[in-house]
Amino acid sequence: MIVVSIAGLTKTFPKGNVTALQEIDLQIEPGEFVSLIGPSGCGKSTMLRLIGDLTPPSSGTVEVNGKSAHQARLDHDYGMVFQDSVLFDWRTVAKNIALPLEMLGWARAKRKQRVDEMLNLVELLGFGDHHPWQLSGGMQMRVAIARALSFEPALLLMDEPFGALDEMTRERLNIELLEIWRRMSSTIVFVTHSISEAVFLSTRVVVMSPRPGRIAGTVDIDLPQPRSADTREDPRFFEKVTEVRELLRGVGADEHGSVLAEETA
Amino acid sequence: MAQAGHAAALRSRTPTRALQPARVAAAAVRAATVLAVLLALCGLWELFRWIWVREAWTWPFPVNDTTLPHIQTIFKALGEPATSQGPLLITVLLHAAWFTAKEALVGFGLGATVGFALAVVLVHSRIAQRALLPYIVASQTIPILAVAPMVVVWLKSGWQSVAVIAAYLTFFPVTINTLRGLQSAEPRAHELLRSYAANRWKVLWHLRVPASMPYLFSALKVSATASVVGAIIGELPSSIQGGLGGAILNFNQYYSITPANLWATNLIAAGLGISFFVAVVLVEKLVVRRAPEQRA
Amino acid sequence: MTLTALRTRLVEWVPAILVFFAGIAIWQLSIDIFNIQKFLLPKPWAIVSAFWTQRSTLWSAGWLTLKEAAGGFALGSAAGILIAAVLARFRRLGEALMPIAIAANAVPIIAFSPIFNAWFDPLSSKPRMATAAVLCFFPVMVNTLRGLTSVRPSQVELMRSYAAGELQIFRRVRIPTALPFVFSALKVATVLAMIGAIVADYFGTFGSLGITIKNSVSLFDFETAWAAILMASILGVLMYVAVSLVERIVLQWDPTRQERGTA
Repeated sequence: MIVVSIAGLTKTFPKGNVTALQEIDLQIEPGEFVSLIGPSGCGKSTMLRLIGDLTPPSSGTVEVNGKSAHQARLDHDYGMVFQDSVLFDWRTVAKNIALPLEMLGWARAKRKQRVDEMLNLVELLGFGDHHPWQLSGGMQMRVAIARALSFEPALLLMDEPFGALDEMTRERLNIELLEIWRRMSSTIVFVTHSISEAVFLSTRVVVMSPRPGRIAGTVDIDLPQPRSADTREDPRFFEKVTEVRELLRGVGADEHGSVLAEETA
Repeated sequence: MAQAGHAAALRSRTPTRALQPARVAAAAVRAATVLAVLLALCGLWELFRWIWVREAWTWPFPVNDTTLPHIQTIFKALGEPATSQGPLLITVLLHAAWFTAKEALVGFGLGATVGFALAVVLVHSRIAQRALLPYIVASQTIPILAVAPMVVVWLKSGWQSVAVIAAYLTFFPVTINTLRGLQSAEPRAHELLRSYAANRWKVLWHLRVPASMPYLFSALKVSATASVVGAIIGELPSSIQGGLGGAILNFNQYYSITPANLWATNLIAAGLGISFFVAVVLVEKLVVRRAPEQRA
Repeated sequence: MTLTALRTRLVEWVPAILVFFAGIAIWQLSIDIFNIQKFLLPKPWAIVSAFWTQRSTLWSAGWLTLKEAAGGFALGSAAGILIAAVLARFRRLGEALMPIAIAANAVPIIAFSPIFNAWFDPLSSKPRMATAAVLCFFPVMVNTLRGLTSVRPSQVELMRSYAAGELQIFRRVRIPTALPFVFSALKVATVLAMIGAIVADYFGTFGSLGITIKNSVSLFDFETAWAAILMASILGVLMYVAVSLVERIVLQWDPTRQERGTA
């Protein structure tokens, strides 16, 4: 069954008369890791929000797991991770992870068990009693990921989750994310600014163009799995990066001279 | 909210509120500094007194035993009987303080509850905010001392009307601050809860209320002393004898004879206000856990 | 302001105005329905007519109280700002004094009235001004201090990179940062000054608003008492609005001002 099915999706913001997305068609199969990449204003974050029913479409349809996006949200079909980890200061790490479980009405014992499993998954066992401000940025992001996965949604929506982290932490978390993706057999839709990150993580990269937001092209990443630090040095990796970059170059410079996010080597 | 940021070194694994020796020592140093400053201020008082009496200056006011008694006179008065053959002044004052404290406590609880409930109602409706906030603010421009006698007449004099007056002074900071606190959560957190299909009440319970705690306690600290002031003011028109208000009225009559008694009463009244404040601070330390740089 | 902006702002006030009239109506009706005796809560109209008939007395009393409140406000706020500036410079002194300042604030101001009456001529305005000043001092000082010290470290560092001295930093960075806090406190202080001036009358014998209220209540003339309270309220609001206007002019640059509510 198709996980995400988008047809003819258009989103305009009346304020400022902005067409964030125009006539988007996209299908995402189970188990895929799809990255959305593009210059500022291409609507990638908006698209993620539309999938999550955090904002309504102006026209067109968004379906998740065969239902409307709205129903999917009510049925808790997906987990979401933001760039700012959005952890609650007044809860311990363990209680932060348990938040969605509490909302779903899980029993205390079941919650505790699942939280321990999650802490193990993101390698934060022993930090359950800490508070978010006692952890580093990378660890906070891992908590956010653990929270998003705690109720085992089949779909994970991630909006530039590693954008605020340094390069080393970022690369490490990339590998960890792939590990989690494999273990939980999830489908992931991932918004990012970084070409190398998109190519490294995904099975498919969707390149978007701005004003109005459209899909400019798609690059299938058929690099072997499981991917590791070595993958980044594979010549085929560079080919794919170049392919994505060429597509972006085609949409990146417009008459206003907007600039792509620069790549660090 | 949690800060991603410079890699924070991991603190020790024990919960933050452990009575570690370092924290106890820091508290002791703070207490000692406060004591030192207090003594310095007493010294300043006496110095001011000494110079002004010597030079017989009359600005801002003439200084003599009536207008500015020696500090030790005030403390001595505490140890002496308030009235001839009566109990010691300090005993009288402590009883009065306890009397007033009970009224203030009820008023504090009432005002805090009403203030909090009002804020919860207001946060859910912008129309209600626009309709009611001007009057809530304006309510504080009504001089409480003027309204107190009427409250006493309405509710038939007694400690209840005093508690109501104390509540009146308490609820306003609580309402305003709690409202701000309930609105303080970042939009992303609201989005997160929306992704969990949370309804209004869940958002209130899991997000808004916890986010409002620092703001609430900030207001409670102000309200703590305000409720004591309210209680004392409430006692005046009620002709209630047993509390600090009555003591103030009483010693005011005899101020020219024994000024020290009134000063001593003020001291005790300040002590009562301070103890309410400290109680709130202690509860805050237990209840509110936030990143250190965010604490008010 | 554009016409649409003006219209939006006026529309925002509609709910409050509706509530006002609804409140008056309910007031008027409940007195009739519940047969509340007029000496407890007079009808709105009775208060308004008492206000009108007594307007000259109320006005002279009000004017006097206003002067006292304004004087006390000026004194207390100035002192608060000055002390805050000193404490901002000498941080440790500030930290040491803060608990004591909090403690001093816990003393009910009413307890100081007899003392002020002993210090200053009880027949003059001074005791009332002193009371108002004392009430204003603490909130203004605390908020000003907070404003002066909430400067972002990066801003101070920038100034230092320009080899700016402490005084320059104070003038160009701390003061502008502190201004929103100061005005916020000043608005609170206007109300407190008014209350202080009236509270101080409790032990006094002079012809100002507080005395008017006190005398009216003792004569069970609640209509006049409420009229006087109304006057005090109006004056308090006027002072508040005056400070708000000054704030609007001075703080045109402050983005957070737009988001504040009606208060």
